[in-house]
Parts: sequence; C-alpha cells; structure tokens
Amino acid sequence: MKPLSRLRVSGLSGLGLLLAGLVYLWLYLPIMLLVMNSFNASKYGHSWQGFSWKWYEKLWGNSALIEAFTNSLTIASLAATGATLLGALLALSLHRYRFRLRKLSSGLVFVVLMSPDIVLAITFLIVFMALGIQLGFWSLLIAHITFCLPFVVITLYAQLRSFDPYLFEAAQDLGAPESAIFTRIVLPMLRPAIAASWLLSFTLSLDDVIISSFVTGPGYEILPIRVFSMVKVGVSPEVNVLATLLILISLVLVCLVPWLLKRKA
Amino acid sequence: MSEASAVVQLSSVTKRFEQQEVLREFSLSIHDGEFFTILGPSGCGKTTILRLIAGFEHADSGQVIIDGTDVSTLGAEKRSVNTVFQSYALFPHLTVFENVAFGLRMARVARTEIESRVKEVLEMVQLGDFAQRRPEQLSGGQRQRVAIARAVVNRPKVLLLDESLSALDYQLRLKMQSELKHLQRQLGITFVYVTHDQEEALSMSDRILVMHQGQPQQVGTPRQIYESPRNLFVASFIGETNVLNAKILRALDDYRYEAELEGRYQRIIHADRRYQPGDDVHVLLRPEDLRIEYLRDAGDKPGFVGEVKDRNYTGRTLDSIIELPDGLQLRSSEFFDEDDPDFDYSINERVWVDWVHGWEHVIPAENLNR
Amino acid sequence: MKFTPTFRQLAIWLSLSWLAVFVLVPHLLVLVTSFLTADPSNLAVWPLSLDAYARLWDPVYAGVLIDSLYLSLMATLCCLLVGYPFAFVLSRFSPGVRAVCLFLMIIPFWTNSLIRTYALKMLMGNKGLFNDTLLALGIIDAPIRMIYTEFAVIFGLTYILLPFMVLPLMASFDRLDRSLLEAARDLGANAWQRFWRIIVPLTMPGIIAGCLIVFLPAMGMFYVADLLGGARNLLLGNLIKNQFLVVRDWPFGSAASVALIVLMAVLLWAYFQANRRVSRRGGLEDENLT
Repeated sequence: MKPLSRLRVSGLSGLGLLLAGLVYLWLYLPIMLLVMNSFNASKYGHSWQGFSWKWYEKLWGNSALIEAFTNSLTIASLAATGATLLGALLALSLHRYRFRLRKLSSGLVFVVLMSPDIVLAITFLIVFMALGIQLGFWSLLIAHITFCLPFVVITLYAQLRSFDPYLFEAAQDLGAPESAIFTRIVLPMLRPAIAASWLLSFTLSLDDVIISSFVTGPGYEILPIRVFSMVKVGVSPEVNVLATLLILISLVLVCLVPWLLKRKA
Repeated sequence: MSEASAVVQLSSVTKRFEQQEVLREFSLSIHDGEFFTILGPSGCGKTTILRLIAGFEHADSGQVIIDGTDVSTLGAEKRSVNTVFQSYALFPHLTVFENVAFGLRMARVARTEIESRVKEVLEMVQLGDFAQRRPEQLSGGQRQRVAIARAVVNRPKVLLLDESLSALDYQLRLKMQSELKHLQRQLGITFVYVTHDQEEALSMSDRILVMHQGQPQQVGTPRQIYESPRNLFVASFIGETNVLNAKILRALDDYRYEAELEGRYQRIIHADRRYQPGDDVHVLLRPEDLRIEYLRDAGDKPGFVGEVKDRNYTGRTLDSIIELPDGLQLRSSEFFDEDDPDFDYSINERVWVDWVHGWEHVIPAENLNR
Repeated sequence: MKFTPTFRQLAIWLSLSWLAVFVLVPHLLVLVTSFLTADPSNLAVWPLSLDAYARLWDPVYAGVLIDSLYLSLMATLCCLLVGYPFAFVLSRFSPGVRAVCLFLMIIPFWTNSLIRTYALKMLMGNKGLFNDTLLALGIIDAPIRMIYTEFAVIFGLTYILLPFMVLPLMASFDRLDRSLLEAARDLGANAWQRFWRIIVPLTMPGIIAGCLIVFLPAMGMFYVADLLGGARNLLLGNLIKNQFLVVRDWPFGSAASVALIVLMAVLLWAYFQANRRVSRRGGLEDENLT
C-alpha cells in the first residue's frame, strides 16, 4: 500500500484519516439515501419495501419534470460555455493588456465573487425589469453566465500568471504575430484550465437555486424551481430518481473529460 | 579527538528515507567552541546530518549525543541547539522583535529579561532600529541577521546553519562570512555550518568534514583538507588539481620515491606514507604548485616540456593550460609579477614546466575514467 | 502586433460592457431602489425616501435579522470546526490523492443543493434515518424532533456550505511554509504552541475568507430554511425573497440587501486587514486581480 506509507511520512495520524473519512461519509450519506430510495417501492422511504422501477416509470410520465430537467442541463451547458468564453477574454485582457478601466473590470469580477447569491439574484431581477427583458430562458442564461464568470476568470488568470512571461516574448522574438501567440501558445497551454473552468461553471449552474428562483419565468422552468414546488408540499420519489440520474450523468462526464483531454493531447 | 570536549557526537548513525540509505553507520564528533563545516555537493547527506542534530529527523539506528546527553529520541523543541534555516524561516506575522523573542517566550523567560536580551542581540547584529519592522520589510542580509539573532538569543550549545549564506549575493556573502566568524568567536558557541561552497568552508572553518554520497571523505583543518586531500574526490572538490598517474619504482628513503609519471617521466616524489615498488599512485599538483619557464632559461633542468594552449589573466594570477606531448593538460596559476608586467607567454609557445618539489601530494591510485 | 487592435478591443470591450450592464448597473439599481417608495402596482416609484431603512428597525424584521445572523454564525462555526481539521488532513495528501479528494467534494454539487436539502429533510424526519439509527442503538426511546428546528437549519447550512469553507482553508495550508513550523519547533515550541502561535495566525486569511464565503451566503439560503426550518421567516433570504416575489415591496427588499452588502464590505475590510498582517501574498486567489 504505497499511499498509506506516504501518509505516514507526512505525519498524519489515524485520527486525521478517520476524520476525513467521516466527513466524506457525511457528504455522501444524503445522496446515497436518494439513490437507494429511487429503487425503493415505499413512497416515504422510511423502510425498504423491495426493489422497484416504478418511480422511474413515474418520472417518465411526468413530462413537466423531465422538461425542467433537460432545461436545467441546457442552461448549465450553455452558461458554462458562455462563461468560459467571456471569462477567457476577460482573463486574457486582464493579464496581457494594460487599459484604463482594468481596475474596474477586476473590481467588478471581485464584486460578483463576493456578493451573496441572494444579492446577485435581486440585482439581476431589477436589471431585467429595468431593461424590459422577459424572465425566462434569456434571463436565466445571462444570470448564470454572470455568476459563473469570476470562477472562470480566477482559474484562467492564475494559470496565465503561472506561465513564464518570457514564453510570450520568446514567441514574439521568433516572429509570431499576436494572433499566432494566442492560437499556438496561449490556447494550447490553457486547455486544461479551460476544461476545468467549464466543468466548474457547469457544476455551479446546475447547483444554483437562489438566483434561478428570482430570474426564472413561467415560460421556462428549470429543475430546482420545479422540485421546490414539489417537495415543499410533500414527498416526491421522482426527485430521488432525478438525483440518481444526475449523479450518473456527472460520473460519466467526470470519466469522459480526462479521456477527452488525453485524446486531444 | 577526546570524547570529553565533544559537544556533538553522532555514533553509528544510519538514516533511511523510503528505503534509500542516506547515512550509514555514520560517526562524527564536533568539539566545543569550534566552527565546524560540513562540505559536500547537494545530495551528499550534509543537510540530513544537520537535521539529525537539530532533531527534525531521527536516526533509524545509532545515537545522537549533545553535551554529554543522549538526545536521540528527543524532538527539536527539547534540544539545546538552534538552527538558522536556509530560507531563514522568519515568521511573517511577527515583528523582528517578536521573531527574536519567540524562543525565549517558549522557554517562559521573564518579560523584562526577554526585553533586554532581545535588544542586546539585535544590537549585536546591528538591527537595533529594526525591532518593530516585519520580515518582509527587510533586505536579504537583514533577514539573515534576524535569523541568526533569533537562534543565538536562546544561548544554544550549538548553532546549526543550513547553507545560510547561499541566498545572498557575492559581496554580501563575503561580508557575512567575516561577520559570522567574528560572531562565533565573540559568543564562543559551537557553529555547525553546512555548505556546498568550498571557498566559504575554507575561509570560515576551524575544521571541515567533506561528505560525498553519504560517506565522510575527510575531516581536518582547512589547510589539511586543501594541502593533503585524502582522496581524489576531496582533491577535486576543493580547488583545482592536476592529477598525474604514477608508478612507484623504488624507495629512496622513508618518504622519497623514484616514480614513473604518466608512463614516461621518471621523477622523484615525496609522499607522506610508505609505498612498495610497483604501487600505483596519483600525484596531485595544485595549479599554484607549478612553475613555468621559457625553454631557453630552463636549460636542461629536469621537468616537462609542453605547449601553452591557453592563457587567462584573472587580475591576481596568470592561469595557463599547458599540453604535454602525450596530450595530458596541466593547469598552472602564477602570481602576477608586478615587476615584469609584460611578462607573458604566447599561445602555442613551447615552455618548460615543473612543480616546486615537496609541494606535491601523493595518494594511492583510485579507478579513474580518463 | 498587427492583429492586436481588433482582438484587443473585442476582448476588452465585450467583457467590460458585460460587467457594466449585468454587474455594475444592477448593483447601483439596487441601491437606488432601496431609497424609493414602494408602490404595489409599479414596484418602486419616486420620491426618494428612507422608509425602507426605517422599517429594517421594526422589531419584527430586526428579529429576522438577528435570527439569521445567529443561524449563519452557528453554521459558519460548525463549518470551521469541521472544515479546518479536514482541510489540514487534505493538504497533507500527495497532489494526486488531493485532486481525487477535491473531486469527491464537488460531485455532490451535481445533484443540486435543493435536492440535497430535500434528502437531509428525509434523514432528519421523525421516521428518518437519524432517528431510526438512534432508536435502534438504544440511545433514545422516542424519536427526537429534528426537522423544523433551528438545529436542522444549522445542520443543513453546514452541509451545503462546507466545501466553500474547505477550499480557501486548503489554499492557506498549501501556502504554509513547513520550515516555519520547524523553526518554531527548533525554538522550543510544542505542538500546542505551534498550532496557536504559527499555524492559526498564518492560516488566518484562509479562515476569514472561508468564514466570509460561508457566513454571507448562509443568510440568503431561503430554501434551506423553508425545507428544514418550517414555514417561519428565519433567514434574511426568506425576508428578501418574500418582499420581492410575494409582497412586492422592492424598496424594502433592496434595503435588506444593501444591509447585507454593507455587512459584506465590513467583513471584506477586516479580511484585507488580516491578510496584510500575515503577508503580502495569500488569501483569496483573486487578490492578484484587484
């Protein structure tokens, strides 16, 4: 057991490992319960009453919930893509260019990062009202892109700063124009950070409840809003099924991303 | 080396890191009040020795004895030695004063005494006015001094210094070298200094231990190490050396032998131990042991004749590379002659070269890949 | 740099105008709205007034404020107590193991925090797993009432927000120079003294950053209070949400948010002070940005 011997070297006691294990158990206990209950014939999940697919069938019949589910995935992937693109531009201009409003840009990124979700939520709501933007798909997308933005900027900016600054000068010295520096040096080197940013944004978007509650509209419902109205009233086993499917999708994605990265490299 | 005067003693210490043996059956004793340097290339185990003495590492077997007490199982916080770290390891959240006072506070020294002792030691390292600064506001040399002050204020039996000057630039390093030496005399504390810089070791130490691949190579005064290296590693690690292969032909008396150098020159060499006819030896010649003369001035004195391949003026010395007919290259270093500033040889000029007899150093032959 | 002008302008102007329209202007609008007069049909109208702020002192709302401060503080403390040793343990792992551990912490996010809160609700119910286990173990004779208590809300907030505490703490532990601990040991400090005099002060930026990232959002998590705390208005988030989406008193909701922003500003100021004390570098990774 190599990892264990390394642990002993760094002076970790069994107590520390026990603690870490307990924290993970605690983090996963509710999720394991959801997955288990998605197969439980009992509606209330208090006890195991046999294996059943019936909640999966019931979900299949609940078209509103399925629509909310696909809407959530759509918003999350579009928002992650948008935030990554915009964040890459922002990180790059903060890193490479000196412009008058640079301090303002970085300050605003910091504001988004630090503002509690509830504050961001009402700022979005107010501005959409003021601009006359209909609450629904576009408002959700804009809000999600914006609140994911700082995480992308921080990830990419940190990565850019870790590069040897002479790399860019070396490329220039060897005759590369700015466009070539961007496409042949910056982008390939940033690829892992870009993937990480996208994944992080996707995750945050999928996890969000507060902001979505404020900027969602009747025409475009996403998962947390739908689920909120269901579970406030009572128990909904379909939600267990949804959670299980989400975990399944995430596991597939998690396994897929390193594989995709490796293939490209 | 009497056991009584040893303030630090390591006996048969073996230390492994993840199956790799860094030190094996290693023994060492450091005298009270000396400036002891452990010199060697990186990875030779010198820092491990220091950390074993400090108590950051514990030996797998063997003993560490400090001031007559076996401390092998004690942690660093319980040993009466202090360390000046390579990175200085100054606490960034504390002022200079609080950094220096840290050890005294840990030892629950009275407040007034802390005040006076910290002040005194800060004066000593010329940082009296910097007590309220933070480490980040100091220059490299000042940080170095705080690190030293923080260690010596505890009046340790032994002060351990880990490559402590390596982060400074050349001029500052020279200055700190003499300050360290001065401080050591003033305090009378034993200093154990670890470095890979042979010049630093020679100029500061009372005694030097040369390490290589976890093995002690030689312990001695700087002069012994430089003039009578015990093996090729020591000879080549410390200063430049010309190595000539030789075979003993016959003994003239106890310490003088007739020998054949490089298979073609028969010469008389002086050795500090006995050899038998037929023994292979190395004759070590420092560049400054060599003398060069114009061929016409040398006449037919015994010596080598070679061609000057390179000349290099360093300010104090004139360094030459002379190639002998069989391709062997000798490096020589002559003091610049003020009386004859134009004195010089031209490249490819044939010259006579020989060493000052008695200055050569002879060691038993080692396997050399040449 | 022939390509630069266009690319450069595109990069700067696109990102800057996005930030201006969707961050700067909205925040200013909230500030303005908080000084307007509430109007049932038009949400917020002139003239300017301080009514909204005056109402914040109303005992009913001040009570909500104090309640939510208390609940958030308790959740923050719990996160710190669990997260600090946890982050310490994680920071001791080799980089590979640590990456896996971090990923394991992110995966629960994929189920959406609302669904996880719902799972907690089932765990803490009178017939939930917690009570069942305690009953089976014989620790209690009758189910304890956990759901719809303040304890449940604190538990839920801690559960949802723990990763946000752990991340900055890990960054702090990463930056902690191990030779400083050796130096302290060398100077005679025992484990306890090393912890309080070196480790805690030097990880203070991480502690404060973590607390900031947990404490402020905790006050906004209305769904945790709704699902686990019952129907009462427990958190500032519930209050704000009600004002905006139910009662439609936007100036008052905005004023409550401004109060939250002011609180955030004060805490941020404290954070930067602490950060400066410890070192020029450290703390939130983004500080290079600002």
